[in-house]
Amino acid sequence: MSASAAAAAPPTRLPPCWGCIALAIGVVAAVTASFAYLAVDYRQLFSHESMRLMAKFVGEFFPPDVAPAFLAKATWGALQTFAVAAVGTLLAVAAGAAIALPASGRFGLAPRLGARLVLNFLRSVPELVWAALMVIAAGLGPFAGTLALALHTTGVLGRLYAESLENASPAPERALREGGSGRVAAFAYATLPLVTAQGVAYALYRLEMNIRMAAVLGFVGAGGLGQLLYFHLSIFQQAQASTLLIAMFVLVFAVDSLSAFVRGRLLPAHG
Amino acid sequence: MSATAATIQRPAAPLRDPATTARATALVAAVVVLWPLLALAEFRPWQLFDTSHLQVMANFLAGFLPPATAPDFLALLARATLETLAIATAGIALAFVVAAPLAVVATRALAVSRIGPGPGRAAGASIRTATRGVLTVLRAIPEVVWALVFVRALGLGPGAGVLALAVTYGGMLGKVYTEILESGDTRSARALLEAGSPRLGALFYALVPSTAQELASYTVYRWECAVRASVVMGFVGAGGLGQLMDQSMKMLNGGEASTILLTFLALVIVADAMSALIRRVLS
Amino acid sequence: MSLRLEAAGLVHANGHRALRDVSIALERGERVAVIGPSGAGKTTLVRLLGTSLKPSEGRLFIDDGDPWQLGANELRRLRARIGVVHQSPPIPGRLRVVTAVLAGRLGTWPAWNAIASLVVPGDAAGARAMLDRLDLGDRVFDRCDRLSGGQLQRVGIARVLYQQPEIVLADEPVSALDPALADLSVGALVAESETRGATLVASLHAVDLALKWFPRLVGMKAGEVVFDRPNAAVTSSMLHDLYATEGRALPEQGVDIVEEVRRHNVVSLKRPGCQ
Repeated sequence: MSASAAAAAPPTRLPPCWGCIALAIGVVAAVTASFAYLAVDYRQLFSHESMRLMAKFVGEFFPPDVAPAFLAKATWGALQTFAVAAVGTLLAVAAGAAIALPASGRFGLAPRLGARLVLNFLRSVPELVWAALMVIAAGLGPFAGTLALALHTTGVLGRLYAESLENASPAPERALREGGSGRVAAFAYATLPLVTAQGVAYALYRLEMNIRMAAVLGFVGAGGLGQLLYFHLSIFQQAQASTLLIAMFVLVFAVDSLSAFVRGRLLPAHG
Repeated sequence: MSATAATIQRPAAPLRDPATTARATALVAAVVVLWPLLALAEFRPWQLFDTSHLQVMANFLAGFLPPATAPDFLALLARATLETLAIATAGIALAFVVAAPLAVVATRALAVSRIGPGPGRAAGASIRTATRGVLTVLRAIPEVVWALVFVRALGLGPGAGVLALAVTYGGMLGKVYTEILESGDTRSARALLEAGSPRLGALFYALVPSTAQELASYTVYRWECAVRASVVMGFVGAGGLGQLMDQSMKMLNGGEASTILLTFLALVIVADAMSALIRRVLS
Repeated sequence: MSLRLEAAGLVHANGHRALRDVSIALERGERVAVIGPSGAGKTTLVRLLGTSLKPSEGRLFIDDGDPWQLGANELRRLRARIGVVHQSPPIPGRLRVVTAVLAGRLGTWPAWNAIASLVVPGDAAGARAMLDRLDLGDRVFDRCDRLSGGQLQRVGIARVLYQQPEIVLADEPVSALDPALADLSVGALVAESETRGATLVASLHAVDLALKWFPRLVGMKAGEVVFDRPNAAVTSSMLHDLYATEGRALPEQGVDIVEEVRRHNVVSLKRPGCQ
């Protein structure tokens, strides 16, 4: 086709994106099918009687219970939830860092595959399932929640740390090894400084997630705000539940802000 | 600064490191904070090795094998799996309905009053801040908590899970949609707004074409998370695999629990794969 | 320690030949400057001597022993006695200068001492003494990512000085320094070699520094040794032939050119004055 012939031809339209159209149809079909399958009786749900009951239920959440005795209890629950999240995350940082070393391929292919398998397994099981298992292993109470968070978060942090280690430049460590340094010292002086800042950021981000999860784990008996909330809701004490929900919100907001502050500041020097 | 200092190996007078006090203080502070935290969390590792716990755990784990494969149980399992998928899909669909309008209101990319700046700037800014505040509040409480509340309100079943997802994931989708829209082709949008186009016009003609892929990609990723969340919400009575697993574990039926756990892991892998495939098709 | 290369050659994995038939012998305490245009193989030669690269052909002898025949532990101990100054020091930014310098002795410190020194530097005064010799003493507690390229290069030199090795190999150690600091730094390396009898091999791009400080010059071009002469026997036509590919002027880091250096210093290796 000569240049002049190409210039003379009318501009062709782009062919429609068949993949996108098929996808859109698929999505609509899936959503419709889902609502149909769930067979939620909408007429009954939005009936006058049903709405009245809902309104009554919501109304009982206000005003929240602010008696000093209950506020003290809520504060204690919040502190316990924070402790569970903090200790769980701390354990996960240590364990995750330890497993990240083989998972980054430092010790060969077989350890790498094995470590990654362990991390994937730890990550895939949700915290609530871990908590249910830990309640059996360690008894009811916040310790089960701490362990559950530690196990799940080890999988998450371990994988992130392994990727950081793999992406870190090998040049400083190689230079030190060629200067006669031992393996541990070379790692500590050369590779560790390259990954700690990002590692702390990941840990703080997970702490924010874990605060929310720690509250939830209380539902299976792991203490803190969650356990209190479950209890008060099951005996239909909405006013107390309302206070606890507000406490949860305040705790989450406080930890999010603290984490953002620490992440924003420059971390101190390494060594 | 004589180089002769090297010949006379005089030990140098000790030099004070300015960072030492800060590090010592940090260490003391860490210990002081850690101790009460460990106490609050009732950190007693020796409880893991308590014989009665070990016995119950051993029995429970022993019951894991063989996994339950009775046909009526498997039928129940299949229904529960479909229900979980349905909860996740319906939940994300509702979340999208919640998030999309909020994101359109909250995004700076469609702010007419910022051009100039023109009239109504303060009102516009406060509306945007308020909307972002709403999105933050929606996100703050975990979906499982909402599920618990809705179960108390609506009774056991998947409806509670769908509504809980709509609320929480609506907040998450809304926040990320806002950010994605602001990272899109804002100059074209602004050009359209300056030419007097209504906001929805600028949205569909400028912002959406440049960000559609990223928006869709994130939504699919959230759907994958919703599948996991649906299982977790089932533990508080919102239906699906989670509710089934909760019942089996309460009855310490290890065989059923292990089958359900395996099904869950398989479901997560399939959902991950589907999500990755769709996201690859989109790009 | 004595160094000897016999007909050494190196071919990189991608097939590029970096060195061809290089034979050099150095006695204990000798000082040699390796000069030549870019791409001549100077860096490869330094890395070969430092056991960082293994020769594809020929052999390397350190104190009449082949280091590549040693076991892992013995090789590690040997490497601790060789100090390498890199052109671009591979030092993580978040490390402080004091720790970067103290890392020079990691080859001799036990692991627990190394880790403890990360928290509280064990010999900050010793590190400072080395930095003082390079006019960098006041930056001892700063972070490395706050330093300029030239300052970081001097930290790399200070690290090797702190290591107190028996062989010092420097790969273009002053490329980012201005003439006065470059002179000071090369002088510090030479002084170290003189006082402790360490063998010094420095690859330099600037001819004037090589002529001023080193009694023996090795010229390299395209991976081969072109000449290996005492300082006095190096003529300006030899240098111009060497650098023919880089244009008429010889690369230098100071005002002096060949004749000027000869006239003023007469191969004097007096220690540099303070400042």
